[in-house]
Amino acid sequence: MKPIRHFLAALGLSVALTPAHAGEVEVLHWWTSGGEAKAMGVLKEMMEDQGHTWKDFAVAGGGGEAAMTVLKTRAVSGNPPAAAQIKGLDIQEWAKLGFLTSLDDVAEKANWGQVLPPVVSDTMKYEGDYVAVPVNVHRVNWLWVNPDVFEKVGVEVPTTLDEFFAVADKLKAAGVIPLAHGGQAWQDATVFEAIALAELGPEDYRAAFVNHDMDVLSGPKMVEALTKFHKIRDYIDPNAVGRDWNVATQMVINGDAAMQIMGDWAKGEFTAADKVAGEDYLCVPAPGTQGSFTFNIDSLAMFKLSDADNEKAQKDLARTILEPEFQTVFNKAKGSIPVRTDIDMSGFDDCAQASMDAFKKTSDTGGLVPSMAHGMSTTSAVQGQIFDVVTNFFNRADADPEETAERLASAVQSAL
Amino acid sequence: MAHIGAASEATPQRPRVRLTQHLQHWLPKLALAPTAVMALVGIYGFMIWTGVLSLTGSTFLPSYEFVGFEQYAKLFANDRWVTACTNLVIFGVLFIVSCLAIGCFLAILLDQRIRNEGVIRTIYLYPMALSMIVTGAVWQWILNPSLGLEKLMHDWGWTSFKFDWLTDPDMVIYTIVIAAVWQASGFVMALFLAGLRGIDGSIINAARVDGASLPRIYLRIVLPAMRPVFFSSVMVLAHIAIKSFDLVTAMTAGGPGYSSDLPALFMYAFTFTRGQMGLGAASAMMMLAMLLAILVPYLYSELRGQRNG
Repeated sequence: MKPIRHFLAALGLSVALTPAHAGEVEVLHWWTSGGEAKAMGVLKEMMEDQGHTWKDFAVAGGGGEAAMTVLKTRAVSGNPPAAAQIKGLDIQEWAKLGFLTSLDDVAEKANWGQVLPPVVSDTMKYEGDYVAVPVNVHRVNWLWVNPDVFEKVGVEVPTTLDEFFAVADKLKAAGVIPLAHGGQAWQDATVFEAIALAELGPEDYRAAFVNHDMDVLSGPKMVEALTKFHKIRDYIDPNAVGRDWNVATQMVINGDAAMQIMGDWAKGEFTAADKVAGEDYLCVPAPGTQGSFTFNIDSLAMFKLSDADNEKAQKDLARTILEPEFQTVFNKAKGSIPVRTDIDMSGFDDCAQASMDAFKKTSDTGGLVPSMAHGMSTTSAVQGQIFDVVTNFFNRADADPEETAERLASAVQSAL
Repeated sequence: MAHIGAASEATPQRPRVRLTQHLQHWLPKLALAPTAVMALVGIYGFMIWTGVLSLTGSTFLPSYEFVGFEQYAKLFANDRWVTACTNLVIFGVLFIVSCLAIGCFLAILLDQRIRNEGVIRTIYLYPMALSMIVTGAVWQWILNPSLGLEKLMHDWGWTSFKFDWLTDPDMVIYTIVIAAVWQASGFVMALFLAGLRGIDGSIINAARVDGASLPRIYLRIVLPAMRPVFFSSVMVLAHIAIKSFDLVTAMTAGGPGYSSDLPALFMYAFTFTRGQMGLGAASAMMMLAMLLAILVPYLYSELRGQRNG
């Protein structure tokens, strides 16, 4: 009898509670690979615990190009999902077109202004209103190192660009590929960004890639950064053209290559190969970028909805994403770090803890800069133009850094 | 009696007859109407819409804020577009000329009444059965220095052998020509072979009686008679060249850098992934203009030929 009574009580409760705030929340995302899907499952569960219906709108395809096409169609026809995975400056574009809703009431209640670093919250705002929720932070300026290779050759892990080139020469002489790289435009840009940050410093980096200061873009420091970037060519293998980033990471894992400059999603590859951070592989800041942190934030933008219940569910979703519980579980599964600076990091691995330390420190010192290569610092139009110039420069043996710096400035100008 | 009966009955039936007649008249038109509407909207409607978009400042959604010919100015100032167009010229000319030469040569060889012609013809035509994506992937493996030809030669002991066009920004476009020619020359051969078989044997015999050598017969009599085949081959090859997208995507994805970019790839990247729909539309209009530049003179010559003939 008892189970039945429990069941009836539960039924009665659910009937009594459900109509009060049952809404449907539809989320467009492309987190479909193993760890990512698991992380999203957590969010689904948490929303269902609050009585809402979760409608998954997952469109496969890592870069989300297919998903964006679907989203545009639905938004234009007046039937957008509650939330969609949109990041960086694209949030501003969508908000400018009037598709996004304001989350200020949620933000005020949950005190987002206190827990989020201003650089992060600024990206989520359009004209002072929150229109998107940050989900996680990736650090892009990492150098992944295979310590066994370094030991065998007898060199130290480099901390500056000059050291890097000296070490790379020795590694090359010992028959190891010094830097694993994949010759795709975004990977070229990721490496260039790390070197530009080391040469320019966070101030000028921001001037160049966020504010598009033409003098900095074509200035002597940029020429120097381009020269050093071009020098990297000597330390990667000639077959890098078109190689995927995870294949390059695999080269570091196998010991064919000694290092890789890549964001912290590379950690997933090491973990999948049963490697332990700090023992089998090291994560150190990219040479010359110790005091800085290039961030890549995944976020969900919230669309204007017509149904009041669904709107309530949407607000609950926004609140839930930034709650410490979700931030911890999700980021452990995805390999990134929480966007909140007040979360207990004891359960995370070495790299994530180091990343969090740097994230907190740099958000105070001004070393926290948005990633150009991952669409955080500028619009996709400008980013595309920079990609073109950078990748074309990197792939030509005889390219001239000074001329390229000029071209970089004019390319950015043309896309503004 | 029967006749009168039929006549008296015919009067009330007349509207029905007219209806069937009307139906007979209208039914084909009705049946074709959806197709016509689809064609008008789907082809010409969208063509005009793309033209309109190319004059606006559309970013990642269409907007109707007109900016005149600014997108076209931006397009021609864009180094990547210039590279794409240069590549198209190199690719198009080499592709068409090589396909015609190889296809024609193979057809002449096959035309010599040899044994097993059917088998050989099938082998030559076979690459056409593969999709461009497959062709691209296979040739990428063959030409990749660390996997294919170069490695094979090194493994066989010829260590100084070097063939790294696929990773050389200046040479990469020629690797695409190689793959595309491999794919399409069998098709051109089939067209030419059909043309050769259509030539009246008595003319050739007459020439032979006059003492003309075989190469001379081909150069002076057969090939000039194949003008229509030449024309249709060029038309088909030219449009394959201008719209070629999948081959490059599979082989090089436009790289290294953007050195093997083609206009179709450029259009897709800017319209759909870079959020510069206006610029993408302008590049699409330029591709249309390229096609028209080839098509209009051809149609003109064809139509004029019919009127005179």
